[in-house]
Amino acid sequence: MSSLGKTALSRQNRTAYLFLLPWLVGFFCLTLGPMLGSLYLSFTKFNLLNAPRWLGLDNYVQIFNEDDSFYHSMGLTFQYALLSVPLRLIFALIVALALNKGIRALGVYRTVYYIPSLLGGSVAIAIVWRKIFDGDGLFNQFLSWFGIQGPSWVAHPDYILSTIITLSVWQFGSAMVIFLAGLKQVPADLYEASQVDGAGKVRQFFRITLPLLSPVIFFNLVMSIINSFQVFTPGYVIGDGRGGPLNSTLFYTLYLYLKGFSFFDMGYASALAWIMLVVIGVLTAIVFVTSKYWVFYGDGKDERG
Amino acid sequence: MSLNTNYTKLLKHLLIIAFGLLMLYPVLWLLSSSFKPNQLIFSDTSLWPKKVTFDNYMNGWKGLQGTTFGRFFLNSAQISVLSVLGNIITCSFAAYAFARLEFRFKKLWFSLMLVTIMLPYHVTLVPQYIIYNKIEWINTYLPLIVPKWLAHDSFFILLMVQFIRGIPKELDESATIDGCGQGQIYFRIIMPLLVPALITTAIFTFIWTWDDFFSQMIYLNNIKLFTVQLGIRSLFDPSGESDWGALLAMSVLSLVPIMTIFLSFQKYFLEGIATTGLK
Repeated sequence: MSSLGKTALSRQNRTAYLFLLPWLVGFFCLTLGPMLGSLYLSFTKFNLLNAPRWLGLDNYVQIFNEDDSFYHSMGLTFQYALLSVPLRLIFALIVALALNKGIRALGVYRTVYYIPSLLGGSVAIAIVWRKIFDGDGLFNQFLSWFGIQGPSWVAHPDYILSTIITLSVWQFGSAMVIFLAGLKQVPADLYEASQVDGAGKVRQFFRITLPLLSPVIFFNLVMSIINSFQVFTPGYVIGDGRGGPLNSTLFYTLYLYLKGFSFFDMGYASALAWIMLVVIGVLTAIVFVTSKYWVFYGDGKDERG
Repeated sequence: MSLNTNYTKLLKHLLIIAFGLLMLYPVLWLLSSSFKPNQLIFSDTSLWPKKVTFDNYMNGWKGLQGTTFGRFFLNSAQISVLSVLGNIITCSFAAYAFARLEFRFKKLWFSLMLVTIMLPYHVTLVPQYIIYNKIEWINTYLPLIVPKWLAHDSFFILLMVQFIRGIPKELDESATIDGCGQGQIYFRIIMPLLVPALITTAIFTFIWTWDDFFSQMIYLNNIKLFTVQLGIRSLFDPSGESDWGALLAMSVLSLVPIMTIFLSFQKYFLEGIATTGLK
């Protein structure tokens, strides 16, 4: 390479790093640094006021051996994820299929079905939800037309989780929009060819639509799992913000928040955060590894997901 | 036969419309109830209020402890707008470097950037809080805004990298021949063509920041600094009696900016979700 080429390259190197500078600063100060910090803190006792005191593995030992709230909140979060993720994706897929084939005013329907996803994360909607599923709320008034006397869904520890899950399923719009885009990519001649071969609608769905959609399903699944393990606002607002009634809204993130920011046990909260990271990492890895068996990348053109 | 398919079509449309209305019902209920007098909110179940009042809006606007919702709205707007600017500027810079420039350790940085997309916020939360506490940024907007100026929302970088890869490289090459440097190529060629991705980023950043509750709650305790979300949460008393009329009225207002932005930029928004899988 000529010396001119070399200086051009080193100049490009410098320009590139200038463009990358904000991200690099952010990466070290907001991600890598704090990650190492939280790993260190997870081996200490630290209440913000006194210097961190080294405990070794004590936090972890206590979490796994003595902490019922840890198991409870982890279990609750798993329950939430296991129910809300598949339900939301199934709803999204059904509605996307219904909207897919040459329907008029698709734009309007797509918008209407998307609105809950748009608004659903706000405190306002969580409050509305709480009121709708309250003892004298709309949902029970609806049930009373059929002569059913419903309980207060938000006051009862056995039912409040299902209320929060409904809120999350109601927001299937974003997954639906992704499915709709995926369905558009399926070539129409595949359906025509299989129709000639005498395949029915059900068979077409399982043999053509589902396999061709699998990369999108995979993508939606990974993102939904990661997001559902971080659920906070609905539980906090629909419950009482402290995990009640009877710990039925004590999601993992809320437990972590309470430990860190109400009891100022920053070391313990950091240990909880690292356990959460490992759990999410393992689950994502499982989805990735099993994806070999159920995700099909057709002609290899669609590498997204 | 055609009559039959027409009927099926009609039935399908009716089903889709009915289901759509069911989906929108909670939002419509919120809107209509915010205009009902307090004592009618839960007894009058019809969507059309029997009696319309604006008292809820007047009462709610008064806010808390002498701080009005006007203040909360200005606070939220300030945080959201500064976050939007930060994200579109710094994320597009990083994206340009990753998509178009050659530099040392590019692959390493790029994979690290991808990994951070999946990283749960909670792993870095505690040390971040401790740092902000130490440098006395608690009860300021800096912990909410500065990360956006450091391209901390990596998925927007990824979104823009994908977008820039779709811009023909010939444009850069001819600009180089015309004597443009790397910086000029970004500002004169890439950025103008990147506008759709920048708009998508801006809309998502605005909505997420506006709706964010967790970090606002952690970093802001002073009522004068409260945002709309914190204001609404404070009006609401889960154990006792809330002024439901005021609460619902302010809830409606809190959704107005989001709805307005969504309805004006729908096309970018829904395409942005479809192509990148952003929430």
